[in-house]
Amino acid sequence: MALQDLCKLQEVLVDRLSAGCSSEPFGTTTGCNYVSGSPFSDAGMFHFYIPAAEYLEESPIRFGQIRPVRSVGAASSPDSPALSWPPGLPLASSHCVPLPFPMAHGTTTLAFLFQGGVMVAADTRSSCSGLVACPASQKILPIHSHLVGTTSGTSADCALWKRILARELRLYQLRHGRRVSTSGAAKLLARMLHPFKGTELCVGATLCGWDGGAAGGGRDPGKNPSSVSGASLCYVCSDGTRLQGALFSVGSGSPYAYSILDQGVKWGLTVDQATAVAREAVYRATHRDAYSGNCVDVYRVSSEGWTRRTREDLKEEYYREEERRGRPSE
Amino acid sequence: MEYLIGIQGPDFVLVAADNVAANSILQMKHDADKMFKLSEKILLLCVGEAGDTAQFAEYIQKNVQLYKMRNGYELSPSAAANFTRKNLADYLRSRTPYHVNLLLAGYDDTDGPGLYYMDYLSALAKAPFAAHGYGLRKRFILNLPSFTVRVIDKEGIHDLETLTSGPK
Repeated sequence: MALQDLCKLQEVLVDRLSAGCSSEPFGTTTGCNYVSGSPFSDAGMFHFYIPAAEYLEESPIRFGQIRPVRSVGAASSPDSPALSWPPGLPLASSHCVPLPFPMAHGTTTLAFLFQGGVMVAADTRSSCSGLVACPASQKILPIHSHLVGTTSGTSADCALWKRILARELRLYQLRHGRRVSTSGAAKLLARMLHPFKGTELCVGATLCGWDGGAAGGGRDPGKNPSSVSGASLCYVCSDGTRLQGALFSVGSGSPYAYSILDQGVKWGLTVDQATAVAREAVYRATHRDAYSGNCVDVYRVSSEGWTRRTREDLKEEYYREEERRGRPSE
Repeated sequence: MEYLIGIQGPDFVLVAADNVAANSILQMKHDADKMFKLSEKILLLCVGEAGDTAQFAEYIQKNVQLYKMRNGYELSPSAAANFTRKNLADYLRSRTPYHVNLLLAGYDDTDGPGLYYMDYLSALAKAPFAAHGYGLRKRFILNLPSFTVRVIDKEGIHDLETLTSGPK
């Protein structure tokens, strides 16, 4: 329950009967806002914990707001259909607050679909305004056996939201007996991050997963070969973007990674070839981007789940290449 | 830089949107579809701030579908446009305004084709032709590589050939 206390998450579409007893006291009767007028009184279809925007007002650590907030916006729409998003905040009184310490940004992560599943790679440097805070961090976090997520942006935010997402997906699986699809998980994550839009929360995640069952995968059958396989790739950003695609690279080193991926990635690659392309793309990005470096992690998601390659130090790769080239002056 | 255009004809509405989903200067997706099907004969084209577009358009889309489920008939394009405008206006002075520019195109069985222009300040205007953004090919410094084109007539929504600007 620690996460719940931390973020004061509350349940969406709570039954009217249990609205009072299940949620903890939040100070205001926020639990009821969702339920008023809801047509689904006790169906209890979805039990997802979504952060209430009111949390941002009550937190002792005031979130750094990067957009000046306008006051008094009771955006209640009585004539709109009841199954709608939570109404806007009644009174927004917070103003711009600087962050207490610089947050960590800067990374190279990438993922692409191919015939063998999803290939995911990332560097391992955690930087913090010019200081390498951790040379061996983990930027690819497994969420469940068939879903991994890359993290980019603020490391702390990514780690927390991945844990929250993992919890919600696990609860869904226990309640309904089946896994959420990758794009469904992406939609859930995007919706959970939406109340924090405009604050300094920065999460850029690519969810890479294998959707079980015959009808998994792509939205464009016929156009996209991955509709036959269950491999699925979805990019979610804290500004609300949610894109489904076949190739994504995120982070400060992504332009360099894209240059390798755009020419090297094809659907028919073997596993070894795809691993080589992914490794090379991260290597090139770490070579040129100051905020990416140290080692590279490569994961692959297939129908059997995710597998991980041993972490490899790119310093060795750099020296190997120097030797191959006969040590040109650089 | 995104682009939408709509043209109303005597018994059809022709709409086109570019296909780029961008993240600062990089194209994340070359085949993004910016048109959202609200009903059999209504399309909502939506551009603007990164997350707001899909969130707002999907919200409108689901609510229009809910209306049909509850009442048994579909909203007319004019009603859908006004509903969209009202929602945009309600959120405008809240903590989370939606920065989206929209075109709503539809065919009403009684009134015929209709094209509605909406901007992020929730201005609504019914117009014979309308656009958002810059789509010039010869004079503009940036070139959008491809466009999705659709036409709505009394039979419904039809896809037309995707326009691409030459090789590469």
